[in-house]
Amino acid sequence: MHIPDGFINLSTSAGFGAAAAGGVWYSIRRAARVLDDRRVPLAGLVAAFVFAAQMINFPVAAGTSGHLIGGVLAAVLVGPWLGSLVLTVVLVVQGIFFADGGLSALGLNVFNMAIAATLGGYLIYRGLVALLPKRRPTTAAAAGVAGGLSVLLAAFSFVLEYALGGEGGAALGTVAAAMGGVHALIGIGEGLITALVVGTVLATRPDLVEAAPKAEVMAHG
Amino acid sequence: MDRRRWWFLGFGLLVALVIAGVLSGLASGDPDGLERVSINQGLDEAAADHALADSPLADYAVEGVEDGRLSTGLAGVIGVLVTLAVAGAFFYGIRLFGRERRAKDAP
Repeated sequence: MHIPDGFINLSTSAGFGAAAAGGVWYSIRRAARVLDDRRVPLAGLVAAFVFAAQMINFPVAAGTSGHLIGGVLAAVLVGPWLGSLVLTVVLVVQGIFFADGGLSALGLNVFNMAIAATLGGYLIYRGLVALLPKRRPTTAAAAGVAGGLSVLLAAFSFVLEYALGGEGGAALGTVAAAMGGVHALIGIGEGLITALVVGTVLATRPDLVEAAPKAEVMAHG
Repeated sequence: MDRRRWWFLGFGLLVALVIAGVLSGLASGDPDGLERVSINQGLDEAAADHALADSPLADYAVEGVEDGRLSTGLAGVIGVLVTLAVAGAFFYGIRLFGRERRAKDAP
């Protein structure tokens, strides 16, 4: 899911980079309102956890693997604004220290994973939570479904970038179909991991789940 | 911050270190979704080498460590600690920024 240098032309990369920077700046402003001494170490831990989890590529089809994005996971655990910043930190560390994700593509990758998948996926989560009973299993399931769909959001965000400034010669429809197909499979893995982790934290420390429905925190806290 | 909370955070960090340090050795080495699409559709021909491809931790391996799993695991442990440090410093800075703003906004 990490775009290398050269895939998308520089003007498109710069445009999405500007949009990503705007999203990150807005997230900083919003996170600054709620960030206190209690939340700083937890948000740092979530970033470290997302980095670790992204290293685990699981097989999804013959010769193809996928790994967690973790955007919805982070957003549910520490809130959407800190969540998008968590993903941004992970992507910056991966790009600078591990040569994973091109430096000229950093804005594209932040846009796809920290903004589209994290904030977009979080919106889906909130929509599902509003519709479902406010209980632990349904909350974990809502996080899982939103996590799975967030992978498709990131995949189609890439397709949009490819449509606007792709350097490769493949037809847009072919790329869109291929990206959608493989990321639907990866989304299943993302959904299972997200539901498992959110469910585990809800069962042990529900007060640490920032975006848990309030009834649930009351019932277990 | 209460003690149970620190225990939870410490345990969480331990889990992250085990995932990145040990389980990473079991991860699939196959191309991921985007890489697979790029290979199949020929998009990878447009890819350039990473500007920092020679960095000592490039591609989640520690330069000079021959054993593959050890190299990946070591890179993972370093990555978890670096991410924790960078994120911690960044979020602490945002907390200070937020406190300053709130102080300024107060009548």
